[in-house]
Amino acid sequence: MGKYKNLIYAPIFEKNPVAVQVLGLCSALAVTTRLETALAMALAVTTVIAFSNLTVSLIRAHIPGSIRIIVEMVIIASLVIIVDQILKTYAYQTSKQMSVFVGLIITNCIVLGRAEAVALKNPPAISFADGIGNGLGYSIMLLSVAFFRELLGSGTLFGFTILPVTSEGGWYMPNGLFLLAPSGFIIVGLLIWALRTWKPELRERE
Amino acid sequence: MPDASVKKTIFVALGVCLVCSILVSSAAVSMRSAQEQNKRLDRITNILEAGGLPFTDKNVKITYETRIRPMMIDLGTGETVPEQSLNEILNIEAFDIKSMANSVEYGRSIAPDRDIANITRMPAYMVVYLVIENDRPEKIILPIYGKGLWSTMYGFIALDKDLTTIKGITFYDHAETPGLGGEIDNPRWKNIWKDKQAFDINRNVKISVVKGMVDQSAPDSQYGVDGITGATLTSRGVDNTVKFWLGNNGYGPFLKKLMGEFHG
Repeated sequence: MGKYKNLIYAPIFEKNPVAVQVLGLCSALAVTTRLETALAMALAVTTVIAFSNLTVSLIRAHIPGSIRIIVEMVIIASLVIIVDQILKTYAYQTSKQMSVFVGLIITNCIVLGRAEAVALKNPPAISFADGIGNGLGYSIMLLSVAFFRELLGSGTLFGFTILPVTSEGGWYMPNGLFLLAPSGFIIVGLLIWALRTWKPELRERE
Repeated sequence: MPDASVKKTIFVALGVCLVCSILVSSAAVSMRSAQEQNKRLDRITNILEAGGLPFTDKNVKITYETRIRPMMIDLGTGETVPEQSLNEILNIEAFDIKSMANSVEYGRSIAPDRDIANITRMPAYMVVYLVIENDRPEKIILPIYGKGLWSTMYGFIALDKDLTTIKGITFYDHAETPGLGGEIDNPRWKNIWKDKQAFDINRNVKISVVKGMVDQSAPDSQYGVDGITGATLTSRGVDNTVKFWLGNNGYGPFLKKLMGEFHG
């Protein structure tokens, strides 16, 4: 059981796909202006990684080496379309805000990376746990970035007012920079710094 | 990983494609009706919002059916299209601005010098919505769209029965920067539009979104709407969109006709 626990927990901090491997940044910048969209994106990506890992692992003995990337992409793309359809059906407003970024999960390097690195070589249970772990690692980064961007950029969290903004009669002057993509980079950078200070073993040797 | 024979490679490729396509298409088909329902509900909600009609999640449909009377109009002549001329494409319920504008038969291109809303093409017909109060028309809700900074903004503008006073504006589909241009969704900003005057005495479009704040003491402050801070280009886009659609290339002929009907 310890093996699975480690598979799920390790990617949250020590092997975080965004902060340590620096993958999947595009969507980390695009959907993090609000916590709600970040959460929906986090759930969608976690689902896709877990099930693409599971599926690839299940048929790994039968995937011919010459077309393995294509087979993985077909599986990932199908999963993403299904997730997109589910969002459109059950969370219409949120999916409207996320627009094309759900579809772009197909190109998220984390998903294909895990399929290549783990699912092709490991049995289904391990691959699935690895997918969940990496999904959670991605999620925690996305939610942390969105927390700062929504709070400082709009004065709200999940749409609820935390800092009353001046345009609505409060005292907080929202910082518009946090609503633009560069702030996503800055926050991801600061989080990486914080993580490396906390876990010095992540630093490269000089 | 096994290096498979050509036969097996083709077999696996076909198999994966087959299974995936079955899954994807069954997901799409099984959820389509719910999604269309969502889309319809979203549109209705926006129409009611633009018309300033109070509603709750439960009575959206009832409110729409009892208070809103949609009608198809010919934008060129301003005439209402009679019911018998409606067909599968010219359909009030399924009216889709994007596909109508792009259609050869039902859309038309706009001369560049007149295209202030930057939309290139527009439908030749449009569905507009009358708000009914005690069997009498109270407001008219007009669909509008135009280019903002990043995206085409789709929305509605509502006019009072005097066809001059603006009663509401809302955008239901856009991709402007959240927090900046995206503030066109902010209820506070939308509220500024309420009771502004769209036309001057000679029926020329006079409403405009100004940069910064409108000087409330100025005599023509009822024609000005505060621009959105940090979103000059989106504000300009809204300004152009409203000017285009209320002008002669947009609803001008229709409003003129309606004016005759309402005020003889």
